Amino acid sequence: MKKGLFIGIVCCIVVGLFFFACGPKAPTTIKIGINAPITGDIPKVGEGTKFAAQMWLEDINAAGGLKVGEKQYKVELVIEDNESKAESAVKANTKMITEDEVLVIVGPQSSKQAVPAGEVANKYNTPMISPWSTNPKTTKDRPFVFRGCFLDPFQGPVVANFIKNEFGYTKAAVLYDVASDYPKGLAEFFKAAWEDLNGTGSVVAYESFTTKDADFSSQLTKIIKSGAEVLFTPQYYNEVALIVQQAHQLGWDKPIVGSDSWGSAETVKLCGKDCYGQFFSTHYAAAGAKGATKEFIDRYNKKYGYIPDDVGALTWDAIRLVQKAIESYGTITGDLKKDRQGIRDAFAKIKEFEGITGNMTFTEEGDPKKCAVIVKISDAGEFEFYKSICP
Amino acid sequence: MLYLKWARAINPEPAFLKEREESKMVFFFQNLINALQWGSFYALIALGYSMVYSIMMLFNFAHGDIFMVGAYIGFGVAMGLMALASLMSFALPGWLVLVVTILLSMFLTSFVGMFVERVGYRPLREAPRASAAITGLMIGIILEMLILWGVGTQRISFPPLIETITYSINGVFITNKKIMIVGVSLSFMLALHLFIKRTRWGMAMRAMAFDFVVVPLMGVSINRIAAMTFAIGSALAAVAGILFGVAYPVLDPYMGILFGWKAFVAAILGGRGSIMGATLAGFLLGFIEIFVAMIFPSTLRDIIAYSIVLLILVFRPYGFFGEPYSAKLRL
Repeated sequence: MKKGLFIGIVCCIVVGLFFFACGPKAPTTIKIGINAPITGDIPKVGEGTKFAAQMWLEDINAAGGLKVGEKQYKVELVIEDNESKAESAVKANTKMITEDEVLVIVGPQSSKQAVPAGEVANKYNTPMISPWSTNPKTTKDRPFVFRGCFLDPFQGPVVANFIKNEFGYTKAAVLYDVASDYPKGLAEFFKAAWEDLNGTGSVVAYESFTTKDADFSSQLTKIIKSGAEVLFTPQYYNEVALIVQQAHQLGWDKPIVGSDSWGSAETVKLCGKDCYGQFFSTHYAAAGAKGATKEFIDRYNKKYGYIPDDVGALTWDAIRLVQKAIESYGTITGDLKKDRQGIRDAFAKIKEFEGITGNMTFTEEGDPKKCAVIVKISDAGEFEFYKSICP
Repeated sequence: MLYLKWARAINPEPAFLKEREESKMVFFFQNLINALQWGSFYALIALGYSMVYSIMMLFNFAHGDIFMVGAYIGFGVAMGLMALASLMSFALPGWLVLVVTILLSMFLTSFVGMFVERVGYRPLREAPRASAAITGLMIGIILEMLILWGVGTQRISFPPLIETITYSINGVFITNKKIMIVGVSLSFMLALHLFIKRTRWGMAMRAMAFDFVVVPLMGVSINRIAAMTFAIGSALAAVAGILFGVAYPVLDPYMGILFGWKAFVAAILGGRGSIMGATLAGFLLGFIEIFVAMIFPSTLRDIIAYSIVLLILVFRPYGFFGEPYSAKLRL
């Protein structure tokens, strides 16, 4: 018995050595990692990410693979679920980098996961692009991390200026989730911008809650009492529905303004009539889109049965940026370390890009400069283009 | 002082002072109503923890997830009823759908509770308490995954069965839903009270809570009483789940975890195994959370609220109605 085991182990070692001796061979497939919230708090975001990536893969497969230099490579997507949790996103990145040996990672989407996951990618020298994360920390001092959207220091003032110019208000209230990077960061940028415009103390109520809360009555009662003229709440779609409905039930009849996290296909479905007529800032507006954007929307709608939200569109742009970087890198050597470095360098050289969410020019940090869109939720529950605000 | 007297003499109640007083009162009453609604949920769920503890000396940590399952069952029943009504082109008023949904979901969820007791706890009745406690945690995870697998990851929007009507009484806003939620919760608590106090089954439960070694020797089946306790607790959790869906119409498979923990805090605070205590502590917890957020910055809400709870426990380690080493079901 023991002898058998011994022979078995020896065989394994011999076979292993044989494979090892073969050394790195020029690969025939390119692996791209997708780090997305398939389950957890914002599954619709994960779904949009997955669908956009799979649609892109279809294009590549239809063309017979991704052409890099002279050779055609097959592309494989490694999709990992980060459960919309920071620690799971870190785990997913580590796994994809060390076990699946992906060349590039697309995702995670929300800043809560993208900030810690970006650290892992940077540490392992693996290029990563977050399509949707607007928090500056995601790419700051991380040469290997890029993004496909504008930043919160831009979005905060955009919303503040919009409210000021549109309504002429001077007193605003903010309600945000203190336990999540994205709402917390954006709430701070909005507050700073608003106080620049209207003087200190013009944010008359600055209230918070923590993830998973469902009852906001106490905070909203305080906000109503404060005499605020407008409420800004940079929350995700599941909370938006609850906040807006509860505010109306407590007698709030003034505008509620949101940020790009509102732009999900689920927002109106969960929120209903209460959200009609409200505004939010975002990356693109599906209604009234033209050209390549419209083409993408129609195709997505036909394939999956609903209008893609901003996450889908941004993921599409991000993965096409990745494609551009890989193509301009030229040759895949099969040496993972060298290829990752090369793709990163090629990525950093992209200065301009024409995406379906607008034209982008990239800064030194790996952040694009692009326009923001103000969307109004129409009385039919559609996201209507209202205004475009450029840097 | 003198100045004030003089001012009062001319103008007994300055308008701005009166206005400020009034706005303070409005603020207070508005939060009182908020707290009543929020506390109802804690109380309903805490009751389930407390009943199971008093009979079996164990905390059913899956209870928060049974609350979640109850909400999903309620969603299914309500959608089914509405589909049936539209299929037979029969106009069903919303309140009737709600009543039927609550009753039918209570019935169905009580089977979930009995099933959990049968497969999870009964085989472990003689096992160490820690094993029974982790059984609850594991069942909770299984329930979450079952819902996740069966329903999918997307959030579910609970159908608005009754139209929200908002009343304003001197500036205090109150909706018909809030009144309904508090009313329904209180009536179920009263019904439970009467059941335990006035019926033979209730008497059997009280006896079992008094001593679960000797009472079975008198011919009361512990299995039957345990199953019944789980059934009643789960039915109440289902009521809480549906009312939760009415008030906060976004359901997700993990909604029971944090809520279950907080209701568990209420059950302990009320005194382990005390029905009255669980009810009162549930409402108290709701009040503490809401009023802390009213007075202090809302960022500090949970820190301050649960420090208060901790402080109460320091001075009353057995909760409000608990007794040392006793799990008597006291009413």
